[in-house]
Amino acid sequence: MTNAAVYLDAASSEPMHPAARDTLLAALEHGYADPRRLHGPGRNARLLLDNAREVVAEVLGVRRDEVLFTSSGTRAVQLGLLGLAAARPGRSASGPPAAGLPADGRRIVHSAVEHQAVTDAAAWWGEPVTVAVDTTGRVLLEALGEALGKAAPGADAIALQSANHEVGTVQPVAEAAELAADRGVPLFVDACASLGRLPLPDGWDALAGSAHKWGGPAGVGVLLVRHRARWSHPFPAGDPLARVDDGFPDVAGTLAAAAALQAVTTEREQVGARQRELIDLIRASVAHIPDVDVVGDPQGRLPHLVTFSFLYVDGEALVTELDRLGFGLASGSACAVDTREPSRVLAAMGALTHGNVRLSLTRDTSRADVERFLAVLPGVIRGLRERAGL
Amino acid sequence: MSGAASGPELDVLDCRGLLCPAPIIALARRIGDVPVGALLGVAADDTAARHDVPAWCRMRAQEFVGEEKAADGVPIYVIRRIT
Repeated sequence: MTNAAVYLDAASSEPMHPAARDTLLAALEHGYADPRRLHGPGRNARLLLDNAREVVAEVLGVRRDEVLFTSSGTRAVQLGLLGLAAARPGRSASGPPAAGLPADGRRIVHSAVEHQAVTDAAAWWGEPVTVAVDTTGRVLLEALGEALGKAAPGADAIALQSANHEVGTVQPVAEAAELAADRGVPLFVDACASLGRLPLPDGWDALAGSAHKWGGPAGVGVLLVRHRARWSHPFPAGDPLARVDDGFPDVAGTLAAAAALQAVTTEREQVGARQRELIDLIRASVAHIPDVDVVGDPQGRLPHLVTFSFLYVDGEALVTELDRLGFGLASGSACAVDTREPSRVLAAMGALTHGNVRLSLTRDTSRADVERFLAVLPGVIRGLRERAGL
Repeated sequence: MSGAASGPELDVLDCRGLLCPAPIIALARRIGDVPVGALLGVAADDTAARHDVPAWCRMRAQEFVGEEKAADGVPIYVIRRIT
């Protein structure tokens, strides 16, 4: 192979945006000090951090005091979701009940297709209530309403993603927010998959994002908490009600994350339209391969991502063969992940879980890259099926 | 799942110990021998089979009848050949 590798796994991590790289290098020089200190280097760090907060608030259309920085998207999810739950009347921020003891009715309601960071946090909190999705992966609002009734006298929080990280389907956050408001239950939105790619949804009380998914550096998460929302720190904290950044801030990384978010938001319409068209092309082309399940909503979806599964194909063999040919993709098949469990997302949708690949475009993926991929894919599938004796 | 769909003579394909997609490949190989309208069981302990047998039925236009349990506790996924 003489072709340069084509990275088609932006949904796992987007390559750093040039705006972030430039900002990061410049800020590393000046952002090392503790921003709480009163000396000059401290003031410099504070200035950079304030700048980052201002940029994120402006880009996302929220108040500056609603923006908190964390050390990862996972951490933003934990603090956002559990912080809403911990602030409920009668709950405390003292962590989960000891193993084997009754959970005291502590419940978080979430869709069946949430990211593991959300399902882990919900299971840590108490006994979660899972809400079914349709065959495109969209949460069933009727089932959500029922779950909120069944979980009476009241769930502690609802968690719903803005869009699914594996299949791209956009969730009805505004409608879920209405249900949540009717029941008086706070709504947490995991926006890690969509931030910088789609407009921010409405109606949430807390929302989490992850910088490396929009072209910022790894190790920076964003947590938005509405100023009117009841929130209290779910983990050890001097003042549980203080809404402050999580731990010692990575000042340079945070500023770089803000610069990337600003840049990708400015470019969003143009890049998104191109990506949408390429994914349409891929969906149509892959559907011609025999015995394929192209999953997710073809319209109401993230612009840059598509997932498909091939009957009789081993997912690990498929991504390994594609890698050998110079294409880097992710798989949700059991054999391709450490847990040996098939993707919960695909299972909840009733989609085929083996022979699965997720393809996600970076902002620089070209039509030529996509066409080369589409040219080799049918032969790869044929070869793997022949190897299996079919 | 009620066991009403199957009699004691249910033809069962033993896929114990096989990892996906092997049980589904075995199923695809065997289905041609099953008369249209008849049932075939797939005994599989791989967790992916619980999702992939019904998905195979949907994609190959066969009927997924339901899930039963073998004497050793391994799930048996029951299919009716309809095409």
